[in-house]
Amino acid sequence: MKGDRIFEGSTRFFAILLILIVGAISFLLFKESLPAMRKFGWQFPFSSVWDPVAEDFGAWPFIYGTVVSSVLALLIAVPLSFGVAIFLSELAPPYLRTPVAFITELLAAVPSIIYGLWGLFFLVPWLRNSVEPFLIKYFGFLPFFKGPPYGIGMLAAGMILSIMIIPIISSISREVLQAVPNHQREAALALGATRWETTRMAVLRFGKTGLLGAVFLGLGRALGETMAVTMLIGNRPEVSLSLLAPGHTMASVIANEFTEASGEIYLSSLMGIGLTLFALTLAVNSGARFLVWKVGGKAGRE
Amino acid sequence: MISRDGRRHWVNRIMLGLTMAAAVISMLPLFLIFFHILSHGLGSINWDFFTRMPQPVGETGGGFANAIVGSLILLVLACAFGLPIGIFGGIYLSEYGGRKVAGVVRFASDLLNGTPSIVVGMFAYTIMVRPMRHFSALAGGVALGIIMIPTILSTTETMMRMVPRALREGALALGLPYWKTLVYVVLKAARGGILTGVLLAIARIAGETAPLLFTALGNQFWSTDIRQPIAALPLQIFTYAISPYDDWHNQAWAGATILIGLVLMLSIVSRLFIRNRLAGKRS
Repeated sequence: MKGDRIFEGSTRFFAILLILIVGAISFLLFKESLPAMRKFGWQFPFSSVWDPVAEDFGAWPFIYGTVVSSVLALLIAVPLSFGVAIFLSELAPPYLRTPVAFITELLAAVPSIIYGLWGLFFLVPWLRNSVEPFLIKYFGFLPFFKGPPYGIGMLAAGMILSIMIIPIISSISREVLQAVPNHQREAALALGATRWETTRMAVLRFGKTGLLGAVFLGLGRALGETMAVTMLIGNRPEVSLSLLAPGHTMASVIANEFTEASGEIYLSSLMGIGLTLFALTLAVNSGARFLVWKVGGKAGRE
Repeated sequence: MISRDGRRHWVNRIMLGLTMAAAVISMLPLFLIFFHILSHGLGSINWDFFTRMPQPVGETGGGFANAIVGSLILLVLACAFGLPIGIFGGIYLSEYGGRKVAGVVRFASDLLNGTPSIVVGMFAYTIMVRPMRHFSALAGGVALGIIMIPTILSTTETMMRMVPRALREGALALGLPYWKTLVYVVLKAARGGILTGVLLAIARIAGETAPLLFTALGNQFWSTDIRQPIAALPLQIFTYAISPYDDWHNQAWAGATILIGLVLMLSIVSRLFIRNRLAGKRS
């Protein structure tokens, strides 16, 4: 029938439009970063020069900053999130479960700019006046805690990122743990295991692939996070081992310099950084999807 | 033997205590954020905030009138761009999918869902701002619209699939063509759920700042022209937050209170609705 063909055709048109948009994002990022790739070649990701005046660009400080701030965020967020997930799925009474799960879901919806604003006026002063002087005094011999306590810097960015990804990691981990069949728990308990031994040996071991997937999803969000990081990291293209020093991430340099980028090579270098960020998040999210898919397959076979 | 069991007992206690501590520690910053935002923001919200324009540096007072209107315009533009693709794409997946194209569409949607929003902003800059030679509300709307698509697409698909088969069969048995069955029966039954997905998507983009930085750009003046740069609530919060003026900081807090209120309201309404709907389906 004619109407059917028209309707199906129009739904297909919009579906294909989506494919085209995503294809165009990848293609244009690649095409726009070609001039920089031609000029700098394979040195681009590894050079730490960022000199707009001399038009010499390298992405290393930003790749380093993105990776370090995200890994720092994971180091803080993963143990806490797993703790929350275990508490909610194994210990908490049912009347606590639903409201806490609901609140965590809501927190994932709070915009990045709000975390940035709060971080700038509360987290940063707290770090500058209490945490960082303490770290310098007692752990200053480590290369990670050298330099003056600015407040803003890698540590502040990592901490705000960890606060932002705890809701995601903990809610997905909770779902993973709740999907563990009860007979696993019952078997361990019947063997005389304590509550914690049951959790460690039966529940966590059963769900470890899914938990890894949850961590990957959190990482995927941390890598691309822009506003909160831009406001807290200090925006200086330097590679420093010290977590107290200001840094820069791929997302924050784009946010800061894109509108001011004059000259083809400058803009193209920023596009190249965008392409790197896009590829990195794609890889991490695919990894997460693969892990979650594997868990789905396992549960399906049970 | 007893000492070993005693140790196991204590390890059990300690580890379980630690998980409880983790739950408390993770909730703490989140409560602090709400407390700080409300305690700073509520004091600065008044009638002027909604009705007046930003004042130049040095003059106190003024408001977010242009940013609030700008954000509304951006949201309308985003819906105009994102809704057709999301909803029709979702109908395609639920009704005509199951073939190769559907797999690619789902993959593209997942990919887009994980793409950092600032990258979408760069894309909108390349296809809109550069050819038009200036920043515009339109470019900002396109960027936000693209970000909306994955959420709307997947809710539409899920909600269409949840409509009972019997309903379609009944309509088809009455001699209705398939497309009319979809539009007048299935879509009608699913519209509440789809609307929820749209609200969820709006909640997601209402606070987006990064993709607007080099598309909508922001504007200190009144503008409703979609071909010109336009102010937006999150952009204005950002500008005021990183400024050195106390008065602007207070306004940033007030803006943040409005924004968080709006986003949470949209999320709560839509999530409660989805929850009820899924629960109703199960029983």
